[in-house]
Amino acid sequence: MSNMNNGTGSKRAPVVEVVRDSLPRRYRAEFIFKAMGITAVTLAITFLGLLLTSIIGNGYTAFQQTFIKLEFELAPELVDPQSDRSADSLRAGNYLAVSRNSLYELFPDVSGRRDRRELTSLVSVGARYELQRMVREDPGLVGQTLEMWVPADDDVDMFMKGRISREADESDRRLTDQQMGWLDTLEAQGRLELKFNTMLFTNGDSRDPELAGILGALKGSFYMLLVTLGLSFPIGIAAAVYLEEFAPRNRWTDLIEVNINNLAAVPSIVFGLLGLAIFLNFFGLPRSAPLVGGLVLSLMTLPTIIIASRAALKAVPPSIREAALGMGASRMQTTFHHVVPLALPGMLTGTIIGMAQALGETAPLLMIGMVAFIVDVPQGFTDSATALPVQIYLWADSPERAFVERTSAAIMVLLGFLLVMNLLAVLLRRKFERRW
Amino acid sequence: MSPSTVIFVLLVMSATAFLLGRRRSLALADAGGGLQALHSLPAHYGTWAAVLVGLPAVVFLFAWSIAEPVVIERLVIAELPQEIQELGEGELGLFMNDVRNSLNRDIVTGAEPEAVAEAVSRYRALQERSALLRTVLALALAVGGLALGWRTISPGMRARNRIERLALVFLIGSSLIAILTTVGIVLSVLFESLRFFQRVPVTEFLFGTNWSPQTALRIDQVGASGAFGAVPLFAGTLLISFIAMLVAGPIGLMSAIYLAEYAPRWLRSVAKPLLEILAGVPTVVYGFFAALVVAPQVRSMGVTLGLDVASESALAAGLVMGIMIIPFVSSLSDDVINAVPQSMRDGAFALGATKAETIKQVIIPAALPGIVGGFLLAVSRAIGETMIVVMAAGLAANLTANPLEAVTTVTVQIVTLLVGDQEFDSAKTLAAFALGLVLFVVTLVLNVIALHVVRKYREQYE
Repeated sequence: MSNMNNGTGSKRAPVVEVVRDSLPRRYRAEFIFKAMGITAVTLAITFLGLLLTSIIGNGYTAFQQTFIKLEFELAPELVDPQSDRSADSLRAGNYLAVSRNSLYELFPDVSGRRDRRELTSLVSVGARYELQRMVREDPGLVGQTLEMWVPADDDVDMFMKGRISREADESDRRLTDQQMGWLDTLEAQGRLELKFNTMLFTNGDSRDPELAGILGALKGSFYMLLVTLGLSFPIGIAAAVYLEEFAPRNRWTDLIEVNINNLAAVPSIVFGLLGLAIFLNFFGLPRSAPLVGGLVLSLMTLPTIIIASRAALKAVPPSIREAALGMGASRMQTTFHHVVPLALPGMLTGTIIGMAQALGETAPLLMIGMVAFIVDVPQGFTDSATALPVQIYLWADSPERAFVERTSAAIMVLLGFLLVMNLLAVLLRRKFERRW
Repeated sequence: MSPSTVIFVLLVMSATAFLLGRRRSLALADAGGGLQALHSLPAHYGTWAAVLVGLPAVVFLFAWSIAEPVVIERLVIAELPQEIQELGEGELGLFMNDVRNSLNRDIVTGAEPEAVAEAVSRYRALQERSALLRTVLALALAVGGLALGWRTISPGMRARNRIERLALVFLIGSSLIAILTTVGIVLSVLFESLRFFQRVPVTEFLFGTNWSPQTALRIDQVGASGAFGAVPLFAGTLLISFIAMLVAGPIGLMSAIYLAEYAPRWLRSVAKPLLEILAGVPTVVYGFFAALVVAPQVRSMGVTLGLDVASESALAAGLVMGIMIIPFVSSLSDDVINAVPQSMRDGAFALGATKAETIKQVIIPAALPGIVGGFLLAVSRAIGETMIVVMAAGLAANLTANPLEAVTTVTVQIVTLLVGDQEFDSAKTLAAFALGLVLFVVTLVLNVIALHVVRKYREQYE
């Protein structure tokens, strides 16, 4: 409006000019707005990339473990103190000495308590348990000399993987110069090697990082998910079928519906409090048991499954129901012979997504005592157990440097399972999706 | 027989009953002139017989297993020597604890091992008798059910209607579990909280500014005042949630707008699943990421800027929580933006508005209620989030608004108070339930408002 008298008499020209003058500013605003959008998406994806690379970068080395090749002389006087080859005697054998002697023989000039202790600390305590296990299984080994690869201590492992630097000051690192020298000798003799770390998948938890594995946690998670699936799948589908197919529209069903939507948004830790107060204290179920974990997780996943199943039922066109009813089927028959089978892929997809959520859940499990340090691999629904995410939490809290890579490796396994489950859900949806 | 064997036997009997019931109905049909003589299908009669065999017996087993320990304990206590029975309630409880322990694991701790051993043997005997009685009664019920089924099956019996009514009861029961869960949550947090508020006044809990839940074991112990003022926890929770929303709000909303309005199809089909991955990552992984990568980075950046940053700063926890919430905000915003009718966009374009102007002046105002609802849901997520703060935020209650200092949150305190050994009577344990009650109520209110707003918004454009 300011350049009104520039015009040639027509009243429209100035407006056009005003608009034209404002165009660069408006296009700039447009450009900035779009750039902000792109930045936001890029940032979000960068965060994802950062998260994954830091975990994979920290964790991929955990799939290998340093082993030392040693000759173990199973001297009868050490291994079989009562020299009767009985199980008791073989169990009482001094395998620590066997494992120590094997190192003393390699480095005969090492003497003195401190030096010898430094030397023996290169080999994991797992070596002597392994020897004990082998001898008890096959007493014929007594008196023989075994050449065997045994796991090295976690500090040696970290050194071999380059996580302990040689350049650091001796007092700042976990290995002394002397120990590094021995390791160099062992490596030159071909006695020190990185091998695939099977113990990560076959052992339970341990205080020694080189012996710690996720089998116990995996089995705990497995039992828990079995309970969760067994409870929440039938109950969730039944609830969805009732609400979608049978329930009259009244205040009660409204209440149930609002309730389910709210439960889906209740913080998971509150479910943990419920489990603690009701399942553990009121019903007296055992602490740390996969059974209780499964119960709590099924209450948590029920809303997810019900909401997904209702959506799947809603997608089945009414003509199917009308046709079945028209042929004389009862409502129950219509529902279970025709509607539910058609909605089943959608329901299964929802269930798998719910199970994936349950597998990644940690907080409620802390409340019901699944956070204990448990070495044994659970064998049933009432044994003490941890779950994979809880194991990750426990390891993340451990101070040893070697647990960092194990935590990351456990996370990689967990993410792998979640990925497989989600892919399964996507594939299921793709394969059975129907357009009516 | 062990319970699992009994259940297996019952299953087999049920299956047999199904076959028998079906055969009987077919026989009746043959006698009465073909299948049309029957009211229901033969399978319905079979199912009816199977239900009669299995259901009462299983319900009985369940009820028995709940009642058994209580009844046995009463009987054992009634048989105890007079002097033990006359002990106070607490000491009697201790004695029964000894009995239970030595029953399960053969550890005897207290005095009077003779009395304990006697009670244990009595306990064992009762358990054996109960197991026998349970098996016999369950099998008797099953056989009785079979007999009843055999007798009631007749061509005129409305087996289908009965089965369907039973199925409907199961369906209704399943949908009531949602309500039961809510009731269970409310009861479990409410009762323990009320017990807590008997010891610590509500006003002190809600408005006190000093939180140090360690109660003193000895009177002369230092720093164990047992103060339960939760304001520092609320402040810490709000601070971390606020930082998280500062990250997630703009990034989530802008990426939703970009993906919904600007992005070409191929980009959308790549970026959306990637954002969903971000949503699918378990929170414990975010916690590890926060503690291992983000917190040290934030600290070292602060040091280069000459700032004093705590190693468990609210900033690090809030940043990572924000990353976690991005997909949540963006998918909810995406939904509401897509729900805005195309005609409103077309109208704005026809008036000569640019895309950004259309979005800023037409679409966002139209979608605002939905976006606000989505943000509220995200805030409630942030408040209730546990693992990230447990792993990356501090433990000490610290009333500050400085994001570089360590603060603690409600969820962190619930976890630290309840993990590990606990007695259910200490104010410390009960405090966790009071915090849980606050958490539940706050998130519930946020959710109800948010869901209501979102629903109203949807209805507007339907």
